[in-house]
Amino acid sequence: MNRRLKSRIGKTALWIATFLLMLVICIPGLWVVLSAFRPNSEILAKPAIWIPRDLTLDNFAQIFGFGQEQVAIPVLSYFTNSMVIALTSTAIAVLIGMSGGYAFARFRFLGKNSLFLGLMLSRAVPGIALSLPVFMIWSKLGLIDTKMGIIIVYVAINVPFTIWLIDGFFRQIPKEMNESAQVDGCTRWQAFWKIEFPLARSGIASAGVFAFLTSWNEYALVSQLSRSTDSKTLPVGLMDFTSQFTINWAGMCAMAFIIIVPALILTFLVQKHLIAGLTFGGVKG
Amino acid sequence: MRWRAEKNTPWLLLSPAILTILFVVAIPLLFSFYTSLTPYKLTRPETINNFIGLRNYERLFDDAKFWWAFGRTILFLAIALNVEFILGLGIALLINKITWGQRTLRTIMMFPMMFSPILVGFQFKFIFNDHIGILNNALQGLGIMDDSIAWLVDKPLGMFSIIFAEVWMSTSVFAILLLAGLFAMPRDPLEAAKVDGCNPWQVFRHITLPFIMPFAFIAMTIRSLDVARAYDIVDVMTGGGPAGRTEVLWTLIARVGYDNAKMGQANAMAYVSTLLSILFTYYFFTKLVAARRYMGGAE
Repeated sequence: MNRRLKSRIGKTALWIATFLLMLVICIPGLWVVLSAFRPNSEILAKPAIWIPRDLTLDNFAQIFGFGQEQVAIPVLSYFTNSMVIALTSTAIAVLIGMSGGYAFARFRFLGKNSLFLGLMLSRAVPGIALSLPVFMIWSKLGLIDTKMGIIIVYVAINVPFTIWLIDGFFRQIPKEMNESAQVDGCTRWQAFWKIEFPLARSGIASAGVFAFLTSWNEYALVSQLSRSTDSKTLPVGLMDFTSQFTINWAGMCAMAFIIIVPALILTFLVQKHLIAGLTFGGVKG
Repeated sequence: MRWRAEKNTPWLLLSPAILTILFVVAIPLLFSFYTSLTPYKLTRPETINNFIGLRNYERLFDDAKFWWAFGRTILFLAIALNVEFILGLGIALLINKITWGQRTLRTIMMFPMMFSPILVGFQFKFIFNDHIGILNNALQGLGIMDDSIAWLVDKPLGMFSIIFAEVWMSTSVFAILLLAGLFAMPRDPLEAAKVDGCNPWQVFRHITLPFIMPFAFIAMTIRSLDVARAYDIVDVMTGGGPAGRTEVLWTLIARVGYDNAKMGQANAMAYVSTLLSILFTYYFFTKLVAARRYMGGAE
């Protein structure tokens, strides 16, 4: 009797703890999302209005430049820049990461471990510290405020982690599969495309998602390397709002919503592979 | 001939990666080191040729602002990482116990990890705002207090709010990886320990914890690669202010380098922060390699 009671209390406590945890994780994001659909006057109201009275799409119309009230922030071009920069740098980083990851997974060579460590450490350089010399060099090369300049930087910050993940995925595929394909008359190159690549494909895709999100979310570097609508991305654009005299909270929330959505969808799609990639690639050598 | 080809292949495959890193990270860092030995100012380009040795670094030693920012950064990282580890462990153990809806919970847990730091900062700037923030509104609505608390302005509270945002964003890295460790754990030793009469704490301390430690090191390594992302959070929440109360190393670098245009001085600071990050990553990476070897997975 006593024991059953104890286990019931334990179970209830477990559920309460989980509920609170989920509340803390979800409420901040949900509040921003909700505020994106509310008029600014309602957000600013004192005493606070808890239950939204009217939900509108005005904030979105506003920041995209439709509707009566206009915001002087060109969100549409920031969005396009973000997409172009993130997609291009991801594609290049994945290609480089595949070739590098394959080299680490399948070959033995002198200085392998130190090279791997060196690549990892290059990723550890703080963005803002790296931005200083890159800013100076890019101004000499005329790469400041160009999409190209930012893409190059993003490829470099994504390559180490992409290599780490892809290396882990290739290691899970037995070497013998490639070897037997070669015995059957494939070249090494064919064996790679026909055997190993299809098996590692989902892992490579998740490495790509990671790279995309890193580029999509990056702020420290792009905030210094971009100047105008030619290359500014959404995270830098979000800061445009703070330089205005009064903060347009509703507009900022709407913009935040636009930044969140792709991240949420991608995370949801590949979460299983992400976890596998992080742990397996890391532990099982 | 074939042997020779084999020998060159990995380098050929790695050359794009190496070239990119050289061009975007290694060479700029060398240039940055040179610049830190000059009094280079953006407004006076010719100053880059003026070599002054280590004077910028010497100046850092006497710079109270720098030491405050340095200390604050260390304190910030120490608190944030420890809290993240402990909370992450707690959350992993909690979710591991739950049998229903585990997968959904895990997915929800991943979301903060994927949020842009700039968004996390904005979101908490919105929540902690003294006029319209949901936190003050809730506290006032519930009648707990009448006047508003200036979460982002007050001296210890500003730093607290920033640490809260950082912990919110990054605890999931620990939770997810430790949970993966718990899932991968073999059942037999646990059963055996129970049969032998170990209490739950002993089982946890001597069996569970050692098994999931490598996963903790992976989490630490991943975290150490991007601790500097906290710059984004600080920049959007307080910008290092008010009156430098929340100034960390990274915001100070940006202020000195870009706002004051003192590139030489800023590069010296950047070098200190880079070395700090690299040492930190190196430490956890070696721990990770050791843990790997212990698990028998390494080559």
